[in-house]
Amino acid sequence: MFALDDHRIHLAAEPFARDVDARSVSALLASGAACRPPVDGTVYGTLLNDRAALDALGGAVNAAPYKAPPKAPVLYVKPRNTFAGHRARVVVPDDEQGVQVGGSLGVVIGRTACRVHVGNALDYVAGYTVVADLSVPHESVYRPSVRFRARDGFCVIGPAVVARRHVSDPDALRVAISIEGTEPFIANTSTSIRDVARLIADVTDFMTLAPGDVLTLGVPHGAPVAHVGDEIGVAIGDWPPLCFSMTAKAGGGQ
Amino acid sequence: MMRGRVAYAGAIHEAYPHERGVRLADGRVCREDEVVWLAPVQPGTIFALGLNYAEHAKELQFSKQEEPLVFLKGAGSVIGHRGVTRRPADVTFMHYECELAVVIGRPAKEVTRDEAMEYVAGYMIANDYAIRDYLENYYRPNLRVKNRDGGTVLGPWFVDAADIDDVAQLELRTYVNGTLHQKGNTRDLVTSIPALIEYLSSFMTLAPGDIILTGTPEGVVNVNAGDEVVCEIDGLGRLVNAIASDADFNRD
Repeated sequence: MFALDDHRIHLAAEPFARDVDARSVSALLASGAACRPPVDGTVYGTLLNDRAALDALGGAVNAAPYKAPPKAPVLYVKPRNTFAGHRARVVVPDDEQGVQVGGSLGVVIGRTACRVHVGNALDYVAGYTVVADLSVPHESVYRPSVRFRARDGFCVIGPAVVARRHVSDPDALRVAISIEGTEPFIANTSTSIRDVARLIADVTDFMTLAPGDVLTLGVPHGAPVAHVGDEIGVAIGDWPPLCFSMTAKAGGGQ
Repeated sequence: MMRGRVAYAGAIHEAYPHERGVRLADGRVCREDEVVWLAPVQPGTIFALGLNYAEHAKELQFSKQEEPLVFLKGAGSVIGHRGVTRRPADVTFMHYECELAVVIGRPAKEVTRDEAMEYVAGYMIANDYAIRDYLENYYRPNLRVKNRDGGTVLGPWFVDAADIDDVAQLELRTYVNGTLHQKGNTRDLVTSIPALIEYLSSFMTLAPGDIILTGTPEGVVNVNAGDEVVCEIDGLGRLVNAIASDADFNRD
């Protein structure tokens, strides 16, 4: 069962998630508390849903190996070993390459969604969360290796799921990805090719989404690359920002 | 030991082979067709291998690979033995893929191939359907081809690893309406099971319940509505699936 009334947040030290108001979330986070991901379903990532990302491919979409522009949503699975929460320390596999921080809106499904019509697609949404969809930078989107996106800790989620009733328009949200010491990278959900409702409709045309599953709206084109030692914040709208850091070794020894 | 998971009389049961069908954990014996067969294990992460049999790779005109072609599937696509898979009316090429499914039994991180088999709990038969009409060349194979509802058939049994003498010598066979169309042997895997576990665990932690679908041999053909597809693997049993048209699927 996945139920959400206000803000769902799962403190690392507690057995269950809490469901509390925004003020309480701020108070809980003010102490620097670490969190678990506030969801535990399957996370599906969406690629090339930012107009600029598709534009950047340009005429290449018609050449080998792609041969045609994408028709259905381009999706991938973020497996459970990638899940991490607020204040996680994520291992950078190769610091020369770094890790791309794909901050994205996470659409959290509230009830079983199969063949959903675009007109009432948002009825199936419990709420929204922040997803930092991490990847080893790679050029080709033809058949990329899973080791680029499926590494431990490469899907940082939270800190909270914000109930849908608090979000008047999921397609007009500012996304800010901040790597400490540099200018924030700013994107907006309004530049998506498929908006939230259209994405849910097109995905559930062939696969059912279950309560607690997360569908990302997609990472913005040109998302920044982080390196060992970086402190990162991903903020959407005025929700509590998702914070984590990049480290060189498992365990995060200092 | 062979174990299945079935729904019967209002509950989900562990079930075992019996001469009159299946024996539930509580002792009741049922006919095979009066229980609803679920996937034998609750799937964790599902890995699938593309082109992991040399002859099949040739069949699809692929050349040598630099690393195993692994993709991920969601648990929502899974159904059990004797289940029904829908064939949309608009498609021209939908095919089965009989595969040996490896179930992980212990958390595995940076495991070498020499010790990899210690992390395997057991095996199942998988039939991993694909609809070629929907193939697109972005993040191949795209989920609309490989992650459809009802497109990952698992079962009927989970078989303990200890009960399989040599997992690298198992024959796989697929029959459509009783005619043998696909035949292969796990000795022909391009990347072996220990090498796959070594590869995956080198960059991610595997957990109990994770499932590796190790790829399919040559001999895939189109299936049509009304077909019965049976996948067999030595020592693992016989996995039955039916193909339904949109009309037979009976949506309102």
